[in-house]
Order: sequence, then structure tokens, then C-alpha cells
Amino acid sequence: MKYLKLITTLVLTLAVFFVLNTKLGSIPPVGKFLDPVNGVWQNDTGENITGELALDGLTAPVTIHYDEHLIPHIFAENDNDLYFAQGYVTAQHRLWQMEFQTHAAAGRLSEIVGEGAIDYDKRQRRLGMVYGAERALEGMKANTDAMNFLQAYSDGVNAYVNSLDEADIPVEFKLLDYKPEGWSMQKTALLLMYMTKTLASREHDLEYTNALRIFGKENFDKLYPDFFDTTDPVIPKDTDWSFITAEQTAIPASELPLDTIAETLPKPHPNNGSNNWAISAAKSATGNPMLANDPHLTLNLPSIWYVMQLSTPEYSAMGVTLPGALGVISGWNENIAWGVTNATRDLLDWYKIDFKDESRTEYKYGDGYRETTARIEEIKVKGAKTVIDTVLYTHHGPVVYDHNFSGDSELSGYAMKWIGHLGGDCQSPFLNLNRAKNYEDYKNAIKPYVAPAQNFVFASAEGDIALWIQGKFPNKWEGQGKFLMDGSNPDHDWQGFIPQEFNAHTKNPERGFVSSANQHPTDETYPFYVMNDGYDTYRSRVINNFFRSKDKFSKEDFKALQNNTFNLKASELLPYVFEHMDTVELTTEEQEVYDQIRNWDFYNDIDGVAPSIWMNWWPKLYWKVWDEYAAQKDVALDSPFTYRTIEMLTTMPNDEFMDIKETPETETAQDLFVLSFKEAVESLNEWKAENGDYNYQAYKATYVGHLLQGIPAFSRFELPIGGDGNTVNAMSQTHGPSWRMIVELSSPPKALGIYPGGQSGNPGSKYYDNFIDDWAAGKYHSLNFMPSNEANDGIMASQTLTPNN
Amino acid sequence: MKAKLINFIVTIIIALILSQFLPWWSVMVAGFVSSLFFSLKKASVFFVPFLAIFFFWSVFAYVGASQNDFTLSKKIAELLPLGGNEYLLIFVTGVVGGLAAGVAALLGKQLSSLAK
Repeated sequence: MKYLKLITTLVLTLAVFFVLNTKLGSIPPVGKFLDPVNGVWQNDTGENITGELALDGLTAPVTIHYDEHLIPHIFAENDNDLYFAQGYVTAQHRLWQMEFQTHAAAGRLSEIVGEGAIDYDKRQRRLGMVYGAERALEGMKANTDAMNFLQAYSDGVNAYVNSLDEADIPVEFKLLDYKPEGWSMQKTALLLMYMTKTLASREHDLEYTNALRIFGKENFDKLYPDFFDTTDPVIPKDTDWSFITAEQTAIPASELPLDTIAETLPKPHPNNGSNNWAISAAKSATGNPMLANDPHLTLNLPSIWYVMQLSTPEYSAMGVTLPGALGVISGWNENIAWGVTNATRDLLDWYKIDFKDESRTEYKYGDGYRETTARIEEIKVKGAKTVIDTVLYTHHGPVVYDHNFSGDSELSGYAMKWIGHLGGDCQSPFLNLNRAKNYEDYKNAIKPYVAPAQNFVFASAEGDIALWIQGKFPNKWEGQGKFLMDGSNPDHDWQGFIPQEFNAHTKNPERGFVSSANQHPTDETYPFYVMNDGYDTYRSRVINNFFRSKDKFSKEDFKALQNNTFNLKASELLPYVFEHMDTVELTTEEQEVYDQIRNWDFYNDIDGVAPSIWMNWWPKLYWKVWDEYAAQKDVALDSPFTYRTIEMLTTMPNDEFMDIKETPETETAQDLFVLSFKEAVESLNEWKAENGDYNYQAYKATYVGHLLQGIPAFSRFELPIGGDGNTVNAMSQTHGPSWRMIVELSSPPKALGIYPGGQSGNPGSKYYDNFIDDWAAGKYHSLNFMPSNEANDGIMASQTLTPNN
Repeated sequence: MKAKLINFIVTIIIALILSQFLPWWSVMVAGFVSSLFFSLKKASVFFVPFLAIFFFWSVFAYVGASQNDFTLSKKIAELLPLGGNEYLLIFVTGVVGGLAAGVAALLGKQLSSLAK
């Protein structure tokens, strides 16, 4: 009996231990997690940053002052110490995010979240994300300074990781029950790949191939033009290109494969983009050049950005950094300011690969065959067996789609040629911008920059403004890469690159301002082929028209423009609709809603109901036009761009695409207006019955979600901010201005900045999301650009890192 | 009564000391050890160490988090889900620690009675 009791209590004890020590489903290991000595309670603390720390790896003391926003101002004696400290300080506030984003880039999420992430990881491996990071590091090896800085940053992160007790590790590690693994140079390269994927992997090749096959060439050209009459390009229209001595690649005589592709990988967010602009001294109300930047991304907590000031005795730069990468990405120093928007181009192409036989060791190329190389991808999965995937590489790049992935034939596949796989040092250009003093320094800094291509806007205290569209761009033949190409035809390879000095750029243009908003880089006279990669057609025109509207501009004008919610898109369609739509058929209820949108001033403000009506109505109208696309269930297609759709609705109302194919009648644009409007009213009323009034704030329901599957408790919901994906204040439900910056090149420069988040990545910190309310309201924080290491009024804490002797 | 008080205090002291070196299951060790040496009877075997650790964990949690206005605790209480009530989270924390200690104490009791 005694023994039975003993055994029972032993089993019970072990069972209790097991249950409380193990993560069960999404429930963290409860005992470990709730332990107030080491568990989550230890993360419920304020920022503890004041003090002195001795660390291995430093050569001289580094001082870090934190201001009221928890922005670190780092003062180091040399670059190595500076980047060491940047790593240390960033990890102090953003360690979990740094590791999570690079795990995501490398296709290693299954290791921490389990089976649910296998598909995601597999896609990342198929895209060759790690391969790209390896190539990038190889490319940087020659630059010993850059390698030293990367190593110093990595050492700094690891100095922090090694200092952590069980109790101190960030809460997300505790929730998911795993430990920080530390940093390496490869992780910085992976983070940059993550940005390249986000910003430079947009393409439509396979979808366009399907569209070409289904609708024919004539229709294709009608639906997908490369230029529009109203295009107001990044580089002003009157630019003289006569300095360009290289020529566009000639079109080879060859056939394109017209395969049917059922399913393609998810695409980056179509609104990934940004605004930036700079005005000359003459156009500025204060007489000092001014520059602004607001990158648009999917908003998350912790934010993608982290503000810092980085100083050595030689220079001092401030602005936003990317946790995991070195230096300031968008910011200013004593002499210049710079900012970036995405300069999207078609930098990802697909090639059809014909394997020699089922062993797939060789593929057809030219008159003979070339060998494939196999890369074995081991995807470790938490709580389950490791998944093995073999990805074959050709000289184009990885064969992403084959019979193991979305394909059906053992003898063919589709290989990807992508700028992200070409390597190149995309870190040093930013480090050199941080210390640039004038236009020449800026120009030289960005020269070697490969991807993701950016519109680098620039202004200097000397009075120059400029914008270079910088990246490595293949010199394509007219139409190259619009569709799937023949991987066995050498003429279909990228034939070379546009020489860097011929990248489109402008310096001190007559109009007194430079700007970019992801629109077409140039007009049709630029002598190289630029395909319409989904270029912006709205924000860019609002911005440029604004700067043409008067002579002088102030900081207040800049603020107003960044927060402008004028919906040019709606304003170009709705007046036509109001004129032509037959309202006789509307019920009284529908007529009420119709009157609401008729009285709209086209501003997407949070209090209005008209923006909600538009938000509901427009997609319904759009899909009535493109019902031919919706009907193709088993084929991957990308429907035409919004601008073209509105242009066709208003100028070709009787086009055959207006007809809804499944009805016996022949519809015109006018019919579509009524049909879609009736549906919109019905759906709005359903929404109203469930949720109350559809004012735009409630209806759009903007939120900033936590990086880890949007954990609601760590996210912020229903934010009071207007705008939509096509307004200058490009805030849709989850995607928008991830950082707003305005810099005046006075001496010293004065800067305003804010982002939707907070400096601390700890959901238990009051600095976790403390910028969000001001950001949503369109307010800015005046940033404390410290002239020297002397703590000034705004400093709330100081930390000293000293060498460990 | 005295034995219960001694067990209660000893459990807390052992847990407090061990928690500096050991992970969360130090409270199980505390419950186990105090029951080996300060044996109790019937329901007290479980409930005295349970209450001791309930007290230790909930007070420890409360004191730390109250200085930060329960910023994170409220969010964790929403996530788990406990309706965003930080006091409920403190209660659950106490119960979890207490349960672990109480069960380990049952084992300690069985072992000590075996030795007699």
C-alpha cells in the first residue's frame, strides 16, 4: 500500500512537472512562464538602462544618452566601437524582433512556431533567401572595413545576448519557449535579403503569360500599357538623356513558351512604396533646403524602424535604423539629409527549364546541356520531424517550381533569375551616406548599391538637391521579362546591365524640387526598357502638383502633405459615374447612400462615411469589369491596374470587357455602376447591422499587429487615421507610413520624425507603442540631434560601455 | 498548528533561496524537502506548501509588476485568456506555483513515511 501511494504521488509529481514545463499547443509552459522569479513577470518592468558596463570587444569607452523618447544617442571614439555599440543597444530593445525577422528570412520559422510555418519556410528556401545572403557576404569580403564593421555589430549584439539571465530574455521567447541564439554577419545579410524580398520581388511574368495566352496579344497590350498619358515620372519629363552612350539590348528573334501556370507564390504587398521629396533653398520658406521621407510598409509591432544617433569624432548621423543592419537608413547628418523610396523595376524573371531526363542533373541550354546543382534544405520543425526539400540551381537561379513544388512535370520546371541572388554590398552605401558631406560624397556612396533599388533623395546644407534612382538594373530588350522566358535560349538571358552612370537621376532641376512616390522612373524618352511594374499613378501626381502650386514651402506644408488624404483616384472616376449612372432604379435606401457619396469632397477622413462607401463600392465595380479574370479559377492571373481600369471605364464604357460574361445581356460601364452600387449598399447595410455606423475610422479599422501572428494583446486596433493605399498619407488597414521624417538643412539641421510604434520591443514597456497616438493624429516629435557628448536637457538616462581590461 | 507554521515558513525560505539558482521547479523542490523534514498530516500535507508558494509567487509577482503599473501583466491576462485582469493572472500564478509545490510535498510525505 505504501509503495502504491509512493508510486502514485511520484507519477503525479512528474505529470504536474511535465504539464507545467511543456508548451502545449499555443499555451506556453505554464509553470516556467508564470514563475515570478524568472518568467514573464520579470518582463513587466520599466527601462533599466542607466549605468556603466564593461564589455569585451571595445577599444575605448562609448557613451549612450537616452532622450525622453528612449532614442539612444551613441558617442564612440571610432567606427568599430560605434557599430559594436549600435548592435548592443539595438539588441537591448529589439532582440526578439531581430532574431524573428532573420529566422523568417532564412525559412526557419518552423523551428520556433512548429508545423504551421512549414509552407512559409519552404517558400523562403525555394526562393534562395539563404543562397542570396551567402552571395551578398561573398561580395562584401573584398571590403575589409565593411567586414570589420559587420563583425563589430555582431559582437555587440552577442555581448548583450551573453549578458542575459533566464529572467531577462524578451517575453516572446518565453511565450514560444525557446532561447536567443545570438547574431552573426550572415544574419545582417539575411535581414537585407528580407528587405530585398519585400521591395524587389514584384513580378507578373507567369500571370501575364497566362493572360497573354487567354486573351491574346491585342487585348493584352490594351489592358497592360507601360505608360499612361498622365505619368509624372520621378525624373522630370524634360530631362536630357543625350549623355547616355549605351544602347538598349536588341530584341532577339525567338518564341516565348506559353505555358499554363495554375498557382504562383504569394507576392509582396502591392502598396509597398513610399514618398520622398526635397526642395531647394529658393523654394523653401526659411531659405534652407528641406527634405522629407515616409516609407510605406506593413505596420507591425515592434516597428521595423528604430531611431538612433550615431556619432564618432568624424561625423554624427541620425535617423531610422533597421534592427539587424548597420548605420542609419533614412536620416541626416550635420551636412546632408537623405531618404529612400522603393524604385521598383522588373528585377525577377522566370525561365522555363527542360531537364534532360528524370534524374534532373542536366538541363537544356543552347545546343547542349548544363548541369544543375542541388541544394538540400533541411527545415527543422518544433515538435515534429525535419522536412527535407531539394532545390535545384541552374545558371539562372533556383528552380522554384518543379514537380516537388506547385508543378506537375518531372521533366520541366521554372527557374528564377533575381537581383537578390547577385550578391553585392548593400550595407556600405548606407554607412558612407552616414558620413557624406556633399553631393559628390552622396553620389559615390550609393554607386555600388545593388538591391532593392531605391530612389535616393538628397539635400545638402550647401544647397544641392538631387535624386538618383540607384540599383543594379539589367539592360533588357523591349518586353524582356514581361512573360515567362525560354531557359534554354541564351538570347533570353539577361544580356548585361545598364552602366551605373546611366541610371536615371536629376540634380538641382529647374523646378526647384525632386520627389518620388514609386511612380514610373522616367518618361518614354529614357533610352532603356522600363516595364510598368505597377507604378504609382496617384500619390506622385498629388505631390508634384502640390510643389508646382506655389513658390515657397514651409515645414507646415510638408506635414500637411505627408498627412494629405485626398483621394485622386476616386476624384477621377466618381464625377463621371455621377454624370452617367442611371439612378432611377435606386430604392430610397440606396438613394440615401448615393447622396452621401455624391457630396464627398474626396478626402479620406476618419469621420466621413463617403470614404467607407467608396472603399466598399470600388472593389465591387473593379471585379465587375474584370469578371473574365475572376472566372478563371485554375489559372494564376494578375488583373489590370487600377489606373487602366478607371481609364477604360471613363473612356471606353462600351468595351467588350465591360460585359459580364455570365449574363445574357451585354453590359456597359453604366450598367456596372448601378449593379455594383446596389451590391455595395447591401453589404454596407449588413455591416451596419452588425457593427454600427460605418464612419471611415471604424470601417477601415486600421491596426498595427504584433510581428508574431498579430497576437491581439500585443497589437493596437482601430487607430484614428485617414487615408487609403493611394493617398499621400498611404494608410490602408494594415499598411502605411512606417516612418515620417522632415529635415531642414539649417546649421545644425533640425528634424521632425515619428513612427507607429515605440523604441522598446518589450510589450511591457511604456515605450512599446507610445508614438502611435501622435503618429495617427499626424503629429511629429522634434528630434534631439545632439551636437556633442554633453547630456542636454532632453536626456533622461545615460549608459557607458567601457572596454573590459 | 506550530508544525504547519514551520512547514509554511520553511517552504518559502527554501523556495526563495533555490529560486536564485534553479528554474521554476525550485518550488517543487521546496515543497518536497519541507515535507520530508517537517511532515504534516492529511490535507495539510498538500495545502500548507500550496499556500506557502501561492503566497510567495503571488506577492513576488504583485510587487514587481505593480511598479510597472501591470503594463505587461494586463496584456498577458488578455492573451492567456483571463479577460485582461491582472489580479486574476496573479491568482492563477499563485495557484500554479502552489499546485506544483503541494504535489511535490505529497511525494515527500510518502517518502518520509516510507523511511519510518
